[in-house]
Amino acid sequence: MKGSEFQVVGHPRRRVDGRAKVTGKTVYADDIVMPRMVWMKLLRSPHPHAKILSIDPSRALAHPGVMLVLTGKDLTIPYGILPVSQDEHPLCQDKVRYVGDPVAAIVARDELTAFEAMDLVDVKYEPLRTFAEPEESLQHDEPRIHDYCGQGNIHKLINLQFGDMDKGFGEADEIFEDRFFYQGNNHLALEQHASVAAVDLDGKVTLWSSTQTPHYVHRALAKALEIPAAHIRVIATSNGGGFGAKSDIFHHEVCAAKAALVLGRPVKVCMTREEVFYCHRGRHPVLMEIKTGVKKTGEITAMHLKTLVDGGGYGSYGVASTFYTGALQTVTYDVPRYHFQGCRVFTNKPPCGPKRGHGTPQPRFGQEIQLDKIAERLEMDPADLRLKIVAKPNTVTANYMRIGTIGLAECIRRVVDVSDWKKRFRKLPRGRGVGIACASYLSGAGLPIYWNKMPHSGVQLKLDRSGGVTAFCGCTEIGQGSDDVLVGLVAEVLGIEPFDIRAVTADTDLTPVDLGSYSSRVTLMMGNAAIQAAENARDQIAGVIAKHLEIPRNRLVFADRRVFDAENPEHGVSFQEAVCLSEAKLGTIGAVGSYTPPPSPARYKGGGVGPSPAYSYSAAVAEVEIDEETGWISVPKIWMAHDVGRSLNPTLVRGQVEGSVYMGLGEALMEEQTFRRLPSRLSNALVHKFPSILEYKSPTTHDMCDVVTEIIEDPDPNGPFGAKEVGQGPLLPIMPAVCNAVFDAVGVRIDEVPVTPEKVLKALDLQRRGKEGRYGPEKFPDVPWPNPSVIPPPIEGGDGSAIDQPDSAKKKAKVNQP
Amino acid sequence: MTATPQPQPSNARITLTVNGEESEVLFASYKTLLEVLREDMNLPGTKHGCELGECGACAVLLDGQPVLSCLVLGVECDGRQVETVEGLMEGNELHPLQEAFADLGGAQCGYCTPGILVTAKHLLEEVGTPSREQIREVLAGNLCRCTGYLQIFESVEEAVVRCGERKADS
Repeated sequence: MKGSEFQVVGHPRRRVDGRAKVTGKTVYADDIVMPRMVWMKLLRSPHPHAKILSIDPSRALAHPGVMLVLTGKDLTIPYGILPVSQDEHPLCQDKVRYVGDPVAAIVARDELTAFEAMDLVDVKYEPLRTFAEPEESLQHDEPRIHDYCGQGNIHKLINLQFGDMDKGFGEADEIFEDRFFYQGNNHLALEQHASVAAVDLDGKVTLWSSTQTPHYVHRALAKALEIPAAHIRVIATSNGGGFGAKSDIFHHEVCAAKAALVLGRPVKVCMTREEVFYCHRGRHPVLMEIKTGVKKTGEITAMHLKTLVDGGGYGSYGVASTFYTGALQTVTYDVPRYHFQGCRVFTNKPPCGPKRGHGTPQPRFGQEIQLDKIAERLEMDPADLRLKIVAKPNTVTANYMRIGTIGLAECIRRVVDVSDWKKRFRKLPRGRGVGIACASYLSGAGLPIYWNKMPHSGVQLKLDRSGGVTAFCGCTEIGQGSDDVLVGLVAEVLGIEPFDIRAVTADTDLTPVDLGSYSSRVTLMMGNAAIQAAENARDQIAGVIAKHLEIPRNRLVFADRRVFDAENPEHGVSFQEAVCLSEAKLGTIGAVGSYTPPPSPARYKGGGVGPSPAYSYSAAVAEVEIDEETGWISVPKIWMAHDVGRSLNPTLVRGQVEGSVYMGLGEALMEEQTFRRLPSRLSNALVHKFPSILEYKSPTTHDMCDVVTEIIEDPDPNGPFGAKEVGQGPLLPIMPAVCNAVFDAVGVRIDEVPVTPEKVLKALDLQRRGKEGRYGPEKFPDVPWPNPSVIPPPIEGGDGSAIDQPDSAKKKAKVNQP
Repeated sequence: MTATPQPQPSNARITLTVNGEESEVLFASYKTLLEVLREDMNLPGTKHGCELGECGACAVLLDGQPVLSCLVLGVECDGRQVETVEGLMEGNELHPLQEAFADLGGAQCGYCTPGILVTAKHLLEEVGTPSREQIREVLAGNLCRCTGYLQIFESVEEAVVRCGERKADS
């Protein structure tokens, strides 16, 4: 019904919320002010691990201006983002598990008063042995940080074996075994988390919050507050950056809602930057061991990956994160047989969770450096090696991830070309080098976080006689441009301008559910729902207008704010008139669209993490310069090619690619969430080394490199007009590309991030003394692995289920993870 | 559970000119300029990311110079001129910087944008046509976690062009 030329899609244009953002008019949670509003502060534990013996709020309550002190006994129902990890309370019940764990919520007439009263809540603690490192948690079963799962301080153990590994490694000419460490880091979203809760005119409670996942917050509030979900409204305000930081349910959100219900007044809470570091949910520190068998010609015959994941004090997304450390190793290159073992332990540090790339950058880092070592040993160009082993389109991997389109080979060829790779690799003078790495990422998790058969995203359209359209969707704007995708796609289908459409998003009272802004799911899932809704509306109008114009429906074109005859463009009506005629004929015009991902061929337990409707692909070349005296590393330039399927708004696509490169550069060179013990004369507590933006180093304008961005468009049939994700995937290759470039520059291997000058100097020193010039972990500790679940891969004729898996479990085989 | 209301901490009263409008404002004397703007003058466009002078989100122009409003006390601002993001537009027309940032991806989440816009405006006033290096230097104290800065640099450069076009038109 329309021409092949897109009117909106593919054209760079101002995002729909652009004007609001440059005028300072975008309303973030902390910008909300209400009559009679009061302020809340959370009192947090100074101990990393302790029993709470008593909490006495009486002095705080006597402080002038204090209205309410909530403690654990006021909110006793646990919650958690994952159904398998319902291990958090709004306020600690009987023990604290990290410095920063909240024990009381103080509400007062203003923030300063609440802050003053924090000193007046008397809490008695009995300190417990503290676990700082995963190795300690593995060695000591007692005291247990949590006692609801597994054994000792192990949170989760995974052992999935896809095929006969002896056979796989037996077919190899060379076997490589390497260990890598990826330090944890924080999202450092510039907006500190904030929330406002208020009781509505009719007595229901509303929470405005800087959250990426209003639907999950809505569910958790219903549980924790014991009130029907229909009587709770969650509105996600525009997020001042998310990157995963705001995708969990936070103590302050539940406490603010509770306090509003107790006091009958609006309650506001805003984190300090230090509190943001203690809320965390950032990148998990991961220790890895990777064993890979390859033919002399480079093909991988088998891979065995072990990960040890430092979870911090609570479950959060951790079970999913741990599965993700293994799930996507097979999606980038052809790996016919694969064994994945993952272990997440609890430590007494802020809980880790999802950060851009969620669990996948760490093993990608290891695999891409190992490939560089493999290429070196096989005397192959690492770009050529990768081209040779790229996974094939329309295949199912060893762990039953279904790959659709794959533009990776084109990405590699493009970055090799634009970076002049062949003239630089191993040819630059000592001190300068280039490195290459690749990656893939999900365009949305194939399963929702809690098991249900409902759509993952819904869009509702209201059309009326004004000629304008309102698009309702639960999708959440975190800066990535989800409102723009929604509006752009509806405009494209209906042939109107984006400015004719109003987006109403992320409001659980008004908008159909969208699961949230995580796992790079929004463009694909909401986008498909938006197209379906818009096509539905278009079909209603087309039926009426075809009759009105007395032409067949298939000759109608919706474009330029008109509906007209393709063969005689003069013969037509304006879009507004078309809606009026339709409304007169059909009554109120509305349409809905829904999206549910296709079923996954992974039928084994644990196969719920990793499936996606489409995978994006990236390849990057980084150039580095090393000062061998100081170890200082600078990265002048990165070339990046990303297969986005279809670029819906090229301005935003480029922004996501460059933002990912930037964040990857930060993780490669400087960002780390690390801890130290206070001196024992103080408390011996395990505290964040530098919970401030000044000392938690992140790249400034001076550190940011030049980026050459190449967008590869290989439209995927599962994506909206072929689009795949772009927000996370391009981060993944940056860290290993930098490390591989360091090797090209000075011949030392830095097998962990961040790559600091100290590490480079240590490796150079070893090199000078004739030893292996390497900095990185030496061993992987013993883990009490359970027996593997053996799942024959496609090449062994498997059907996606485990040997011994009862038939009844096959249909149900699922893990409800993001 | 309600405590007896007590007197507020001592208040300060100053007169300052914000975005060309002179106002008298009464506020708790401990407050920073950032807090006075956001909480007492109903100007929430200026943001905060740390309140310790580390992130640059709260930058405003004080007597024409970029400052971090979280490090300036309100009581220091008596009789002074302040310019915030709310003052960039002329009537309902966007400043060329605002236009360029909106069009070229200079703002993603938008949280660092107000601070960057006023800092960039100062640069354009000081140096008509800044080099990329000058833009990089002046924005080195403004963190942005979304863009990787490159589209911000390009937006500033485009704004220079658009400023020129506007001058030529008028």
